[in-house]
Amino acid sequence: MTHHTHSDHSSPAIVTRGLTRHFTSRKQTVEAVQGLDLEIGQGELVAFLGPNGAGKSTTLRMLTTLIPPTSGTASVAGHDVVTGQKDVRRAIGFVGQGNGAGHRQLGRDELISQGRAYGLSHAESRERAAQLIEDLDLTAVADRKVSSLSGGQRRRLDIAMGLVHVPRVLFLDEPSTGLDPQNRANLQELVRRLHADSGSTVVLTTHYLEEADALADRVIVVDHGRMIADDSAARLKSGLGDLVRLGYDDPSSAARAAARLGRVPESRVDVDGDAVSLRVKDGSRMVGELLADLTADGVPPTRVEVARPTLDDVFLDLTGRSLRETQQAPSPDTDSTEINNEVAA
Amino acid sequence: MSTFVNDTVNVMTRELKPVWREPMAVVFAMIQPLVFLGLFAPLLPDMATGGSALQWFVPGIVAMTALMGASFTGSSLMEEMQSGSHERQLVSPIGRPALLVGRALKEVVPMLMQVAIIVAVVTPFSFDLHLDGVLVAALLLSLFSVGVGALSFALALASKGQDWMFWTVQQTLLFPTLLTAGVLLPIDGAPRWLEVVSALNPMTYVVDATRVLFAGTYPSDVVAQGFAGAAVVAALGLVVGVRAMRRSS
Repeated sequence: MTHHTHSDHSSPAIVTRGLTRHFTSRKQTVEAVQGLDLEIGQGELVAFLGPNGAGKSTTLRMLTTLIPPTSGTASVAGHDVVTGQKDVRRAIGFVGQGNGAGHRQLGRDELISQGRAYGLSHAESRERAAQLIEDLDLTAVADRKVSSLSGGQRRRLDIAMGLVHVPRVLFLDEPSTGLDPQNRANLQELVRRLHADSGSTVVLTTHYLEEADALADRVIVVDHGRMIADDSAARLKSGLGDLVRLGYDDPSSAARAAARLGRVPESRVDVDGDAVSLRVKDGSRMVGELLADLTADGVPPTRVEVARPTLDDVFLDLTGRSLRETQQAPSPDTDSTEINNEVAA
Repeated sequence: MSTFVNDTVNVMTRELKPVWREPMAVVFAMIQPLVFLGLFAPLLPDMATGGSALQWFVPGIVAMTALMGASFTGSSLMEEMQSGSHERQLVSPIGRPALLVGRALKEVVPMLMQVAIIVAVVTPFSFDLHLDGVLVAALLLSLFSVGVGALSFALALASKGQDWMFWTVQQTLLFPTLLTAGVLLPIDGAPRWLEVVSALNPMTYVVDATRVLFAGTYPSDVVAQGFAGAAVVAALGLVVGVRAMRRSS
């Protein structure tokens, strides 16, 4: 595990020490977050990545004062989340998993009321609401009832709600869950722009690998309530190396090729029937040389594939499980194919 | 303190926005009491003193409307707990007491609108309007509504967004409260146990006081007991409600 250093920032936006949260239900204790030690500098854009139930949201709920830690400490914007609750609340913006704006209300009314809640005068609140409505492209829907807005529009309104008081730290809990790919891409673009323009610290949780990869400067991978990796997406991936997959016509050739490949330094070789896979740093550059060697040795592969590592590979490497498998239901297409096969059989 | 007042006003203003925008919802919410008024009142014999049955029945229906409206109101908080806007408010610097008190105070507005509608509907019939008494009764019912509203919000918070729990408890308590308070039929001459239950129900005193006030009379003991009953409900509601709100996460 590698840690960032933040020598360029004076005081960190978030510090946690041994942050722990247990839940007890039916006499069973679930350790949702276990001893989290973390430091996030001012102006960073950080993603918590992990499967459902990994402890991402529980961590966020502690950092936003919604629930107190069972043990350990956390401070946000220089204030302790327990003893300085009010100060933390004033300093942060929070966009939860649901809709911050009430469904019976009008979007603009909610923005104004939110401004008043953070101590802005009525005139300031109106002005700020108007500005956010324009910035977040909500002009056409701001004076409609929130329940009549589309999912993407509601999400933009929620983010506007979280920005009313220009928070020093903005928390987004699964901001793109439930959005279609187009709206998800728009939302990521919006978060990136907000971060670049405001210089605020942005902390988000996600179980979308692509989102953490595309959006965050720094990815904190969590599983079973523990932090298992903390680095930039690029470094997490490059540390793992590329995956070179070679296909053969029969398992014996595959086994012979695997034996040759075992000589490649700092690599990992796996054989699965008539296929061999090699995990090695800079594999895409080595592949020409590898093929030449294998051909010279009399075991040229019939199929070759080189894959750059994904964050899912990183997760698989760290936990032995694929992040995709842990949560993504099979697509309807796959299901129907299986059913058809069964019927045919 | 001024933060509390500002926060409370902000919460109340926000809660009232949908009321002003869709005032018809206030009318729909009182369909049940209006049905009772239309279908039950004609069955009642005129009073022994010679007055119209409406004179006795209308104040009870007014108190019933207040109880029903305010006891339903927790469902709006339940909606916000499910949608996420309650969570958003919990993360904001608004104090927990203001989140509860602002909501409970808002109950006064739809209640007053409903009282005005009922009085306007029955006055053309054989109902004798005593405006001064009605206004004092409105004050009494305001206090009562704040208390019942606060209890309803506390129930919503305790139900943690589970609709069935909220509605089961609310429906289970609603009619026994109404009936033992003597809203639909007088409790006089009831079996001893029912009299005891009725005497323990604070709403009984609110209904009795509303009746004398609607008749334009001011027997100080009945009026004082009415305000005491309403104050007990309000105090209980606010204490329980604020405590539930502090525990909400």
